[in-house]
Amino acid sequence: MSARREATLWLAQRGTAMILAACVVVHLATIIFAVRGGLTAAEILERTRGSVAWGAFYSVFVIASAVHGAIGLRTVAAEWLGFRGDAAEVTVTFIGFALTVLGLRAVVAVVGG
Amino acid sequence: MGNVPEFSRNDRREKPGLSPVLMVSVWRGAAEGAFQSFEVPRQPSQTVLDVVTYIQRNLDATLSYRFACRVGMCGSCAMTVNGTARWTCRTHVDKVVVDGDLRLGPLENLPVVKDLVADMRPFFDKWAAAQGQFKGAKTRQEDFTRVDPRSTARREADAAIECIGCGVCYASCDVVAWNPEYLGPAALNRAWTLVKDVRDAGQASRLVAVAGDAGCHSCHTHMSCTELCPKGLSPTRSIAGLKRATMKLALSMEEP
Amino acid sequence: MKRSRHHPAYWAFLVHRISGVALALFLPAHFWFLGSALQGAAAMDGLLRWTDQPVVIAGEWLLVMLLAAHLAGGLRLLALELLPWREWQKTLAALAAAFALLAGFAFALAR
Repeated sequence: MSARREATLWLAQRGTAMILAACVVVHLATIIFAVRGGLTAAEILERTRGSVAWGAFYSVFVIASAVHGAIGLRTVAAEWLGFRGDAAEVTVTFIGFALTVLGLRAVVAVVGG
Repeated sequence: MGNVPEFSRNDRREKPGLSPVLMVSVWRGAAEGAFQSFEVPRQPSQTVLDVVTYIQRNLDATLSYRFACRVGMCGSCAMTVNGTARWTCRTHVDKVVVDGDLRLGPLENLPVVKDLVADMRPFFDKWAAAQGQFKGAKTRQEDFTRVDPRSTARREADAAIECIGCGVCYASCDVVAWNPEYLGPAALNRAWTLVKDVRDAGQASRLVAVAGDAGCHSCHTHMSCTELCPKGLSPTRSIAGLKRATMKLALSMEEP
Repeated sequence: MKRSRHHPAYWAFLVHRISGVALALFLPAHFWFLGSALQGAAAMDGLLRWTDQPVVIAGEWLLVMLLAAHLAGGLRLLALELLPWREWQKTLAALAAAFALLAGFAFALAR
């Protein structure tokens, strides 16, 4: 594990954290606004369908979450499970990609269609 | 409160309600071993080191422990006292005793040599690995560098400089326990004092040495080091400084 | 728990780590639910009705709290690591806890 890679991942974790901080503030506000009177699919989709702004916002949110979550899980796996090395790197990379794909599929579902 | 006890000459130093004896259990052995119980007379202003010394001189001469100065300067007497790493020479029994019991063990996160003596080699090897040695660039023919003690860099170094190398922070650090390669609070704190030393000529390689999985980027700011440092230093603060100083390593700097 | 861990910065770390892991585990389910919109609003509504159970609502509330705690705790970390050092660690931890409680309260009132 090179010092440079660890430093880069650390920086990526902080960089995505700053992006996510802004995203999560918007997300929490949206959640608290949206749940009033109960959630319906029509209400959710009316807000998001065809909206370039929500599409861009959620795409950034998804990618930043996937990177941030994967790096975080990598650290937890190393420290709490002793799961380190190549197998761990491959696993967390897969998790990051899987979260990105699942997340972007969700963005397409609520914004497109 | 009808019966106020009258104190005789012998027990006048005891606080009312305090047991006149301490029940002390002390780790005996190395990695394998067991706690052995001793009864030690309670004294006023008694330190934990006084207790250990009493046991060694009066109860069991085979007890091994380490101390030198007894006044909080040498950093050699740290032990685990009732579950927490402390410098024992300046830890009063009053402050740490629980129901008249003291439980003493060697420092954690280090191999045990015997009884209360931890093997400090990994601790100091990591100071060397963090490039904790000053690297000068001047010869003796040159004039001294003038360092303004009020300059920001010097004040940052001074805030971290008083480390006595007792190992309390290292023994209390969860990251050391989780990642045996981690350099630990003291070594990184030492490196930071040199990063902030304008005379030092070894900066680039030191920043590489303190970066990464074994270095500052593994610190999770638990701050147990800062909570427990007997000198009141904040290794967390120093490590945060290293994180900022090494940021350009991630962006551009080549590894040697 | 070890006595050396009895202080606010350690509790803040534990909350941050546990909330982070919980949120990472929740994300696939969240994305899968939103992906149901690909099958139309009816499919999504079917899943939404499932979330009307009290135990699921309690889970949602917990997740909102965890998200708010991870956000506030993360801002606290960024401040500790990236800003010049100040003796404000306990204040930051308290503010983070207050923000998480506030978000949970707001969600509970709105839901």
